[in-house]
Amino acid sequence: MTTTAARAASLTKIYGEGEAQVVALDGVDISIDQGRFTAIMGPSGSGKSTLMHCLAGLDSVSSGQVWIGDVDLTALKDKALTALRRDKVGFVFQSFNLIPTLTAQENITLPMDIAGTKPDQQWVDLIIDTVGLRSRLDHKPSELSGGQQQRVACARALASRPEIIFADEPTGNLDSRSGAEVLGFLRRSVDEFGQTIVMVTHDPNAASYAQRVVFLADGRIVDEMADPTAERVLDRMKRFDIEGNPTADPVS
Amino acid sequence: MLRASLRNLVAHKLRLFLTALSIVLAVAFVAGTYVFTDSLRASLDTLIQQNQPDVTVRPAAADFSPEFQGAGEVLTVPTELTGAIEDVPGVVMASPQVLVPNVVILDDGKPLGAETGGFTGGTAIGGDWPDDAFNPNTIAVGEPPVGAGEVAIDTGTADQLEVAPGDTVTLLLPSGERRDFTISGTTEPRAGSNFGVSFVYWAFPAAQELLLQPGQATSIAVLAEPTASQQVIADGIRPLLPTGLEAITGEQIASQVSEQLDSGLGFLNTFLLVFAIVSVFVATFLIYNTFSMLVAQRTRELALLRAIGASRGQVLRSILAEAVIVALVASLLGIVVGAGVARGLQLLFQAAGAPFPSAALVFQPRTIIVALTVGLVITLASAILPARRASVIPPMAALRDEQPRTRGLGRRTVIGGFLLGAGVGLAVMSPQLAEYGTTNAAIMAGVGALCVLIGVLATAPELARPAAAAIGSPFRGVVGRLARGNTRRNPRRTAATAGALTIGVALMSAISVLAASTQASVAGIVDDVIGADFVVTGYGFQPFSGEVSAAIRATPGVAEVAVVKQAPARAPGTGDTLITGVDPQDIQRALSLTATEGSLDDLTGGTVALDSETAAEIGAGVGTVVQVLSVVGPVDLEVVMVYEAAGGFTGYVVDLPTARELGASQQDNVVYVVKETEADATSVEADLNLALEPFPNVQVLDQSAFKDSIGDQIGQLLNFLFALLVLAVLIALLGIVNTLALSVFERTREIGLLRAVGMLRNGIRRTIVLEAFIIAVFGAVLGMVIGVAFGALLQRILASEGIEKFAVNGAQLALFLALAAVGGVLAALWPAWRGSRLRILDAIATE
Repeated sequence: MTTTAARAASLTKIYGEGEAQVVALDGVDISIDQGRFTAIMGPSGSGKSTLMHCLAGLDSVSSGQVWIGDVDLTALKDKALTALRRDKVGFVFQSFNLIPTLTAQENITLPMDIAGTKPDQQWVDLIIDTVGLRSRLDHKPSELSGGQQQRVACARALASRPEIIFADEPTGNLDSRSGAEVLGFLRRSVDEFGQTIVMVTHDPNAASYAQRVVFLADGRIVDEMADPTAERVLDRMKRFDIEGNPTADPVS
Repeated sequence: MLRASLRNLVAHKLRLFLTALSIVLAVAFVAGTYVFTDSLRASLDTLIQQNQPDVTVRPAAADFSPEFQGAGEVLTVPTELTGAIEDVPGVVMASPQVLVPNVVILDDGKPLGAETGGFTGGTAIGGDWPDDAFNPNTIAVGEPPVGAGEVAIDTGTADQLEVAPGDTVTLLLPSGERRDFTISGTTEPRAGSNFGVSFVYWAFPAAQELLLQPGQATSIAVLAEPTASQQVIADGIRPLLPTGLEAITGEQIASQVSEQLDSGLGFLNTFLLVFAIVSVFVATFLIYNTFSMLVAQRTRELALLRAIGASRGQVLRSILAEAVIVALVASLLGIVVGAGVARGLQLLFQAAGAPFPSAALVFQPRTIIVALTVGLVITLASAILPARRASVIPPMAALRDEQPRTRGLGRRTVIGGFLLGAGVGLAVMSPQLAEYGTTNAAIMAGVGALCVLIGVLATAPELARPAAAAIGSPFRGVVGRLARGNTRRNPRRTAATAGALTIGVALMSAISVLAASTQASVAGIVDDVIGADFVVTGYGFQPFSGEVSAAIRATPGVAEVAVVKQAPARAPGTGDTLITGVDPQDIQRALSLTATEGSLDDLTGGTVALDSETAAEIGAGVGTVVQVLSVVGPVDLEVVMVYEAAGGFTGYVVDLPTARELGASQQDNVVYVVKETEADATSVEADLNLALEPFPNVQVLDQSAFKDSIGDQIGQLLNFLFALLVLAVLIALLGIVNTLALSVFERTREIGLLRAVGMLRNGIRRTIVLEAFIIAVFGAVLGMVIGVAFGALLQRILASEGIEKFAVNGAQLALFLALAAVGGVLAALWPAWRGSRLRILDAIATE
């Protein structure tokens, strides 16, 4: 029996007005299971990043509702939304995940420092050892490799034990070996710590680390797949190309 | 490429605005200075040209500087000459005139404006209301004065007194008599302004009777036939005149006054320009900083231009073209704003007690040329380094978004360190030079201080890191850590931003220290030198009736009274000066003067005592005969004593009869009072005040009040100087706005990330404000250290001039620091607001 970590109902997001109007999300319904690793896939312009931004409370919605746990995000003001992101959500972005003036250690505890709460040191130590950054803690981001930086970002996302972590193309800027390390780590955090993760990606290989893949096209959920492998995801993606993807909106 | 420059300007309106604003302010100060002095000049010229009779017959007194004229006895012309003058061919009319300084206007028994410390101390110029042909004034309201009981007063003074024709005004005449007069009318000048000087006019017979003796006038004004030559008529009149009188044409008077104005206004102009240059210097910093940041941000864009085939020269030129356009537009705007600055200066001078008229503003071509040149030169000079830096970056490196490695601070620090060392060396040595002349030492100290300042500014990036850590250390938590980190991230930028503030604060601190030292030294001198228990002076240091000292002598509890008189003269080593007249015995009981040679006891008729500095300058000692030019002509005086200047006593000192011979008036300037040893000071002071009630134009000061009165004067000067430095500080604060606004722009993604991981808008704002606070405090502390050191140096150099004590006004310096910190915080408000409004998604959106 799984419970729901996050949920969207009839989620619609429209950019622009009149002639220039672009529908990025068109009545999306989705549930994210707690303790599972969900990947959102789709071709460029499918609205997968917009979906993640709306689910994570980073962007407003045009209509519909979004919940994290029991909290309806669409009813929250900026202050409450910020506090919710700080306390219940973790983020890993494609690039620019770290504050350049802070050390790796300081970046990892940043959300808790902002909240003014004391990090659970044992837990933080466990994460630092899991991502293998013990020796680099006092380094500034500019002194770390891209893979190391992304592992610091993952550690930060996990450190505050959020209810859910959103990862937006976390391996997009990495070489395949570093990418594999980061993905492996994300998967371990689900398997070993019961973390809930939602990852947006266009890379079938990255999606194969997830337990469930949701396919998005033209702002709608078109398919989903359990226990994916890279080959199956790639096959499914190829079908999009064959079916044709007329939309070419620049929003991704 | 020009199109690229233009497009770029339009695309970045905000940056354009901030860069331009600093140029506008700097240029405005320069232009404003010129406009201010030119306008003043123009309004004075109108006054001089309009108001001269064709020929004036007057006592042939030396043409002393205006501040010394009228300090002595009023010299007169016999009215009986009028008839003979009218017989000279070409003369239409000759008319005796009376114009005497030192009529005191009383307001509720006190001199008008005495409380507010007006510089004339309520003193008006009294005269006759001349015939229309000679009258530079007209009646504004009411009628000309008739008979002995009526006066006309100038409109400004009437407004101050809140009186109108028909009301009564109480005057204290130079004779010491106090009388009420009915106001017949109010007057105003036909052209120009009275410059805040009060005027009182009687009908001629009354003016003569009240201010002079029968048969006397102060001048005779001559109206010539329109076709006659002024010079010919003056030549015709001259043979009629007894010795001691001269006939001078209107043109000659105008050119004499004009010359005096030239030197006075020239000084004022230079003085104001010094402050304008400070602002320009500060603005250069700001502009340089802005261009550095703009170019750094555009590195990729410029690299793209290079990649598609633009040459290095073209990139360089495109940036410089941008600078030229900004400079031209901003300088033109600066000239317009300069009018506002000129107006501000007028108000500032008015507030400081020098009532310059708010005359029409004069823009000379020179003003516009200088302003444009200054704007162009500082902008191009500021833009050229960053432009060069941008043009040498290999295009691919820039396109790959490799941040241009900030070059090691090595070379810059070494040069800065060298300058710092050299500057300190020069500065430390400069007081030794003081023996050979204060000016040389001060120049050397100034050069040293400039080296130190530039050295510090060059090495400041090295200082910025530890300083930011130290200043930010009390601020814990993530906000403090981020703010500290941001200020240390680009030490060059932090240092340059803070540096602008450093300059302003350094100057303010140096002036503050010098003023505090002067006040302390003056107080020390008063303690050491003035043995008198009380000092009686006129309000505004105006002379007062000789009856005052008689009244003091008659007061119970008074043991000794020493009277000081002054006579204007031109003397070797001092130029135009006031010769002090004292009674040698009396004054030694009131003051302890240290003789280096001779004795004051030898001071008799035809002899003089000299301060050691003047004596050294003209190579005089006891026995030397010096010739001084007094209002009655050249007089030889034998030096019988050389003394250490102290307590306002400096220059030439003669005995009272000699002072009278040299033209000192019957009025006294200062009276020192020593009480009987056993008498109670408070009751003696009360008795003195009672005894002096008939003389409302004098005040009794005990030693501490005397110190305060001198301190107040220094304080007023100080505030005036601070007001002139305010613009430099404002530009520096603008620099903080600029740096932060651009930093916020650069850190869009970082701020978005912080917001995404849960920082509230308020947290972003606090981070940026704290960053500004750190920069401002860093700059201010640095400036304060330099300023206090430089102030201490100037004090040592000026020790021989009487500033013997070093003092620091801690409260004032603390206030500067607090103001700089508050200013920094205020400067951050807008960038902080912008930062907190940034959209989170901007950070996350990948390119």
